Amino acid sequence: MLKRVHFPTSVLPYLLVAPQIIITLIFFIWPASQAVYQSFLIEDAFGLSTEFVWFENFQILFEDSQYLETFWRTIIFSAAVAVLSMGSALILAAFADRVVRGATTYRTLMIWPYAVAPVLAGALWVFMFNPTLGIFPYILEFIGIDWNHYLNGSQAMLLVIFAAAWKQIAYNFLFYLAAMQSIPRSLIEAAAIDGAGPVRRFWDHIFPLISPTTFFLLVINAVYAFFDTFGIIHAVTQGGPANSTTILVYKVFNDGFVGLDLGGSAAQSVILMILVIAMTVVQFRYVERKVEY
Amino acid sequence: MVENRRILGIISHIVLILGVIMVALPIWITFVASTHDAVRMTQAPIPMLPGTHFFENFKQTLFGAGLSGSEGAPVWRMLLNSLAMALMIAFGKIAISLLSAFAIVYFKFPFRMGFFWMIFITLMLPVEVRILPTFEVVANLGMLNSYWGLSIPLIASATATFMFRQVFLTIPDEMLESARIDGAGPLRFFWDILIPLSRTNIAALFVILFIYGWNQYLWPLLITTDTDMTTIVMSIKQMLEAAEQSPQWNIIMMTALLAMIPPVFVVVGMQRLFVQGLTETDK
Repeated sequence: MLKRVHFPTSVLPYLLVAPQIIITLIFFIWPASQAVYQSFLIEDAFGLSTEFVWFENFQILFEDSQYLETFWRTIIFSAAVAVLSMGSALILAAFADRVVRGATTYRTLMIWPYAVAPVLAGALWVFMFNPTLGIFPYILEFIGIDWNHYLNGSQAMLLVIFAAAWKQIAYNFLFYLAAMQSIPRSLIEAAAIDGAGPVRRFWDHIFPLISPTTFFLLVINAVYAFFDTFGIIHAVTQGGPANSTTILVYKVFNDGFVGLDLGGSAAQSVILMILVIAMTVVQFRYVERKVEY
Repeated sequence: MVENRRILGIISHIVLILGVIMVALPIWITFVASTHDAVRMTQAPIPMLPGTHFFENFKQTLFGAGLSGSEGAPVWRMLLNSLAMALMIAFGKIAISLLSAFAIVYFKFPFRMGFFWMIFITLMLPVEVRILPTFEVVANLGMLNSYWGLSIPLIASATATFMFRQVFLTIPDEMLESARIDGAGPLRFFWDILIPLSRTNIAALFVILFIYGWNQYLWPLLITTDTDMTTIVMSIKQMLEAAEQSPQWNIIMMTALLAMIPPVFVVVGMQRLFVQGLTETDK
């Protein structure tokens, strides 16, 4: 952690850490503690007086069927995004690992959606699925599906899942491909000599060997789906129709800035904070251990 | 490849090409939409092949009023705002993280580990979970509608600090010993030895952070009310809302294209650094 040879104590190290620490205190730790404090307060309807209520805000939240629904919805949304985007990335990486020529060209063509902002990804997908103009509703009409995500809640959910998963494929592909390419060829060759075909080799050798990457990506994708998809939801559905695409982050924003329910929004923030802390702990405790091949 | 099966090779390429098409399709449709005139873009089905109005739309979007009837800032102004925000965030994060990693690795001083953990905690407090109180702090400091307000609250960085810490830990101790024998003080050592040695790491991190900064959405949405401070990524949402009254998809998609070109260019053009940055910061 510290160098064996280091500089003597002086005022200098304090000056060096000062910018980072000041910003952390003002913009991270102070607002977070404010959120915790506010989550214990209830303001009356006119904002004139506040009352310290301990855990009443949390109690209200967990008795609110809407909040519980949002919670489940967020979990289903995140799971769907993770499975869809990791699954397609895994298949593509497995084939890219096989091709001798052009693997890097495919990588170049596949990674750039990482650079597209979530809200832009949302805009592109909402255009492709525009009920009157979009190309997909036009095609879907031929097989008898009437697409209108402005009215149909499950179609709206599907649309945000597609947009969110599409944007994340690039990231997952990159990590899966790197993991597969780091597996020693001799191992795979030995399996082939023993008579294992390509499919068998994938499931019995490659997939177990890259399981640390799968676990790491699972955490990263969960964090992404929980927090970074705000832009997609805001652009595509604004949480609608009838809250069918409202996820936790969107609800914090909506209740705080649109509904101006300070105590309730702060309590939701605190719950989200606990979730992030849990995910970070999982990531550092279990993912840091790298597997040696 | 282990065995040589022709069929398998062909299947691989077919699957990969389908994958590329799936990944590229939304962008292709965006590009095609930006090359047609407004009238064509109101007729279903929308075209799948490019038209001839690309430069016309380009000029109208970038230098004209953009969407006719909207009172937003011109698009070139939004691009400048985005560029300023992205650069300030990227340089700011790198600068303060280099300094604090240097202090933590090369100095022994009281509260060293306390500071380290305080920086670590920022990892657990993304802006999404403390929206309202952070907004209040920035409002009280009078930083709404300014580049400072857009960038400074986002530049504390645990991941960048960790990364530079790792880099500095791999630099041999003999470097410092010989520098000290030659009479270099801490700042001289930092500037003349540490910075040049971590040059590629800085570049790799810059690529990641530039994209991070450019693509910020929720934060600028909260703290900019002045149309002169709108960023390009934010403007798409306003345009989508306007599209419900007067659909000018050619202009909207041209704006989307302009908004994604700089970060996509950075990723594709600096692919090696991008991949290095991604694997270094996240692991």
